[in-house]
Amino acid sequence: MVVVDGATVEARGRTILRDVSFSVQAGERVALIGPNGAGKSTLLRVVAGILRPAAGRVELGGTPMASLERAQVARRLAVVPQQTALPFAMKVEEVVALGRLPHEAPLRGARPADRAAVAAAIERVGLGHLLGRDARELSLGERQLVLLALAVAQEAPVLLLDEPTVHLDLRHQVEAMELMRDLNERDGTTLIAVLHDLGLAAHFFPRLILLEHGRLVADGPPADVLSDARIRDVFGVEPALVRLAATGGG
Amino acid sequence: MTVGATTAGDTGARLRHVARARDRRWWLVAGGVVVAILGAILGVGLGSVWIPPSDTVSIVLDHVLGTHLSSADPATSAIVWDLRVPRVLTAMTVGAGLAVAGAAFQGLLRNPLADPYVLGTASGAALGAALALLIPFHALVFGFGLVNAFAFIGATVSITVVYRMARVSGLAPLTGLLLTGYAVGSLLAAGLTMAMYFSGAALRQIFSYLLGSFDSSSWERLAGALPLILIGCVLIGTRARTLNGLLLGEEAAAHLGIDVGRERTILLGLASLVTAAAVTVSGLIGFVGLVVPHVVRLLTGPNARVVVPLAALWGADLLVFSDLAARILGDIPVGVVTAIIGAPFFLALLRRARTGYEL
Repeated sequence: MVVVDGATVEARGRTILRDVSFSVQAGERVALIGPNGAGKSTLLRVVAGILRPAAGRVELGGTPMASLERAQVARRLAVVPQQTALPFAMKVEEVVALGRLPHEAPLRGARPADRAAVAAAIERVGLGHLLGRDARELSLGERQLVLLALAVAQEAPVLLLDEPTVHLDLRHQVEAMELMRDLNERDGTTLIAVLHDLGLAAHFFPRLILLEHGRLVADGPPADVLSDARIRDVFGVEPALVRLAATGGG
Repeated sequence: MTVGATTAGDTGARLRHVARARDRRWWLVAGGVVVAILGAILGVGLGSVWIPPSDTVSIVLDHVLGTHLSSADPATSAIVWDLRVPRVLTAMTVGAGLAVAGAAFQGLLRNPLADPYVLGTASGAALGAALALLIPFHALVFGFGLVNAFAFIGATVSITVVYRMARVSGLAPLTGLLLTGYAVGSLLAAGLTMAMYFSGAALRQIFSYLLGSFDSSSWERLAGALPLILIGCVLIGTRARTLNGLLLGEEAAAHLGIDVGRERTILLGLASLVTAAAVTVSGLIGFVGLVVPHVVRLLTGPNARVVVPLAALWGADLLVFSDLAARILGDIPVGVVTAIIGAPFFLALLRRARTGYEL
């Protein structure tokens, strides 16, 4: 589904990603982890086609990313945007409806199929109680869900998330993770998420990709990737701290 | 995550209900058309000589359809057809153009306070037009006058400078854009003053750019501006998808399938073209591009597919009535009237503007 082969990204003379290769099959759930500055978000932008690597190639559904137009990419891959400033007042459902833009013809507005997809996404993410509310007045957790619903409405087979739980308290973090797992397991959406919290990553994602200084240093199930030695080496913390968070049941 | 007990069908029905309650667009279309007709009749009828609506309608029909309905004398007929009808149509065209350019700038720059006047784009166009007047020969560039071409160049250069400088200013986006627009606008105004100083015979024309008025409207001048404004507005309307995508920011728009770099260039170019054509026929008329899209957005939501056409309609209405007010108040420049309406509006918006419109 997604293939990254030898991706190298440089900016201002500094190498941010160095020869990173991995592939993600349809229906997988993968977390990108690593300390600050490891290149996780950069890698996500490479996968999203926003950043073109200086060397290496990216494929999406068997097609080279470089040969796809933006609208084609957006129909195959949705990105949950970072929390962003809205210049004008917007209702929750109006924000979610933006997820249908890749499917709209330039001159024609939303069709019944688009409205149905928006309703389904709102239902899927559980936002029914927020209909008609100004999106700018919501709590951080609710806003995160609105942005997730927008990406779900896009109906793309691959979903990318950049630190989707960063603004949330623990309960909302777990709820968001459960929703993502549900999207992956029930709907078959391929998920690639950048996560800071190793505990959540290990608990909710069957496959982790660990980056350090722009290199891919480990790729596999949490038990293999997060060995005690690696947690000490890469993150500089005692493994017990991570284990404590990761053994939270379910 | 708590998945609600309702079904997708329920959500769809509730969505339709919420949307209907909010859907005022057809009322706004109908109201806008009625106000436009009223504005046209009053705009043609009122003036130093009052001409009743029945006469104005019959004179217009005689000219358009070749009928012989009117019994008015030739002088009255000339006042209606040669002076007032082009004036009303120019006011409507310029109003529609400035409002659509404002909607485009606001959407593109993600800033509710952006408009051709605030950003200095209109001043750039006016300076360009003034410089063209100082050139002692008249040339046609691609079929359009030198004045149009120079106004377009002035508008494009000024918006490009403001846009780029605001991005690297290191200030909050709202503040950066307003301050850069102010600084560039002031510089351009100084340029316009210099142009007046050196103008000689063209002084009156350049001065009229500065004032903003429809005094010198004519069929010829309207014919120069109307196609540019009309085509520019329609093309901006066809890029509603881009303006909608940009609501969430440039990177999010790219994720939604929009080629942001290309679309930005196209939209800045179109909005500059419309602004330049408007300034060339009417001079600097402020705040239309600020007030109209904002009020429309408040009533209908931010969907550009709805906002752009309604802004055009109500922009035409606002300016035709502003011109009427300007004439009733003793032929003052129409720019004074729009400033009296627009400046308090701008200040109210500025007061309400929050630094973090977070989502």
